[in-house]
Amino acid sequence: MEQVKRLTRNCGKINPKDAADYVKAGGYEGLKKALKMDGQEIINLMKDSGLRGRGGAGFPTFRKMQFTFDTESDIKYVVCNADEGEPGTNKDRILLSEDPCSILEGMAITGKTVGANYGYIYLRGEYSYIREILEAAIESSTKLGFLGKDIQGSGFDFEIKIASGAGAYVCGEETALFESIEGHRGEPRFRPPFPSIQGLFGKPTVLNNVETLANIGPILANGAEWFKSVGTENSPGTKLFTVIGNVNHRGVYEYPMGINLKELIFDCCGGVEDGRELIAVQAGGASGAYINASQIDMPLDIDHISDSGGRLGCGTIMVIDETNCMVDIVLNNAYFFKEESCGQCTPCREGTTRLYRFIEDISQGRGSLETLEKIDRLIECMENASLCGLGRSATVPVASAIRNFRPIFIKHIDKDPCPICDDVKVANVS
Amino acid sequence: MENVNYSQVTPLELVEVARIASPFRDQRDQLMNVILKVEKAVPAFSPQVTAVIAREMNLSQTEVYSFISFYKMLSTKERGQYVIHMCQSAPCHIRGAKEVLESVEDFLHIKIGETTEDKKFTLEYAPCIGTCDVSPAMLINGKVYGNLTPDSVRDVLKMYIRGEVM
Ligand SMILES: Cc1cc2nc3c(=O)[nH]c(=O)nc-3n(C[C@H](O)[C@H](O)[C@H](O)COP(=O)(O)O)c2cc1C
Ligand code: SF4
Ligand code: FES
Repeated sequence: MEQVKRLTRNCGKINPKDAADYVKAGGYEGLKKALKMDGQEIINLMKDSGLRGRGGAGFPTFRKMQFTFDTESDIKYVVCNADEGEPGTNKDRILLSEDPCSILEGMAITGKTVGANYGYIYLRGEYSYIREILEAAIESSTKLGFLGKDIQGSGFDFEIKIASGAGAYVCGEETALFESIEGHRGEPRFRPPFPSIQGLFGKPTVLNNVETLANIGPILANGAEWFKSVGTENSPGTKLFTVIGNVNHRGVYEYPMGINLKELIFDCCGGVEDGRELIAVQAGGASGAYINASQIDMPLDIDHISDSGGRLGCGTIMVIDETNCMVDIVLNNAYFFKEESCGQCTPCREGTTRLYRFIEDISQGRGSLETLEKIDRLIECMENASLCGLGRSATVPVASAIRNFRPIFIKHIDKDPCPICDDVKVANVS
Repeated sequence: MENVNYSQVTPLELVEVARIASPFRDQRDQLMNVILKVEKAVPAFSPQVTAVIAREMNLSQTEVYSFISFYKMLSTKERGQYVIHMCQSAPCHIRGAKEVLESVEDFLHIKIGETTEDKKFTLEYAPCIGTCDVSPAMLINGKVYGNLTPDSVRDVLKMYIRGEVM
């Protein structure tokens, strides 16, 4: 199946640092149109397009704009979430490093829409090498009058700054991200108040994922009908999928929403390496569900995956083959959340650690059926009582693995030999 | 708090820290930028260093310390010239990250979290660094190396030891 290259149209083809190249390729046409429209008109267009957030939750983009638009304030902000912390996700990196101007354009249009004159890009520390590309893109866009003061003579000012992260997954959570930009530890805030009303520096803020923002320019330039011409009814447009793991052709691919998961893995990405057998797929990054090989014949759109108990999230597809043990993979996953919990609230701080210990017990042959019951109770507590999405979703991979791969967990409880986990056991003793 | 032995910070280095931090007095949102600049100027965020940052920016030293200790890529411990971040997340894990890590540990005679005696390398754990399309992967001072094997990772380190990469 051919990719539908809308967001990746310029990738590898233009000089990302030079806005003139982007303009030659048809860039900033959306912004030019937006400058002649009023905020509510743009919001209506966004509503028509049906664009939903690509950062994880799939929230309608126009609604966030509307809340901030409706809130009176002297200062408002547009923030680009370039934290891309979800393990297995590479898509934002591709856009940031190969077509950054498309993100800047989305931010400027959003600013024009809601009446914000300041934008921030929060770039994760692991991507510090991309910073100079972004800086050059901002500078060259400003020179051409697409950012800065009085953009294209419209009287609208919009300035973009870059803020750096330094290694903290939780900073991808929007309120933690604000804390981090403000010079604090990246600990999530209570809500309400919601960011659209009281966000960065306490001001109304629209925060969007990189990929969401990259969609906005083309929607303005080509219209809502064009946008909806691909994808599904509830999830229109294309989506960037990062397909990784034990698959022949790893990478970032752009396909219409609703593409079949099985087709994506086997037809588009060449199937499992060396013809080995597929045992599981995790969709949506580390906080997504593990499903087994018999469940993969399903369309990838936001609602479909949610209905099946998983989440499309950021569109990450991790392919797991028979050389792996699910218990070992879940252990690795639990370790990630234990390390990345910010520690602010007890259900998550203690919960992620206990969850890790329980899985470790099972993997090392110290588990029992009671361990599984304890996990169930712990998961319920974490989901109900955690402050932010990290603690609430750290449970999804564990719960789905136990549900969909129960026999493998029982095998470990029975102390049946497992070549992979036994190896780890020996390593831990030494 | 852990007991850490810091190499002596020179008075000159402390002056440099003050020079970096002082323009941002009362601008807390500049703390990350200041810290990233200071990191390049001193051997470690020792108490003396954080005290100067705090004084110049009008923060308490605890605030500066707690900020640094929160972010994984920052450290209050003294690190080597090259910081290796070995990705341990699942997409790297299932493609042999563990064997690559073991190879590095054997080669440099250090474990995760440690620094070589000659202060050349510090080995640290990292969650996904966003380059899973070339997993297993690592960062050395922010530069990506991918598709690593237990052998190829040693070749990369040798380039640093020989001084072929700065
Ligand atoms: C723990 C945690 C980590 C997150 N990490 C990211 C991230 O790295 N990038 C991102 O765009 N959104 C991330 N999100 C989701 C954001 O909070 C937010 O919903 C999203 O950026 C909104 O943008 P969108 O509406 O364009 O999707 C994370 C959420 C949580 C709870
Ligand atoms: S749920 Fe976890 S990450 Fe979120 S605030 Fe609580 S401790 Fe921090
Ligand atoms: S998991 Fe290692 S780079 Fe993503």
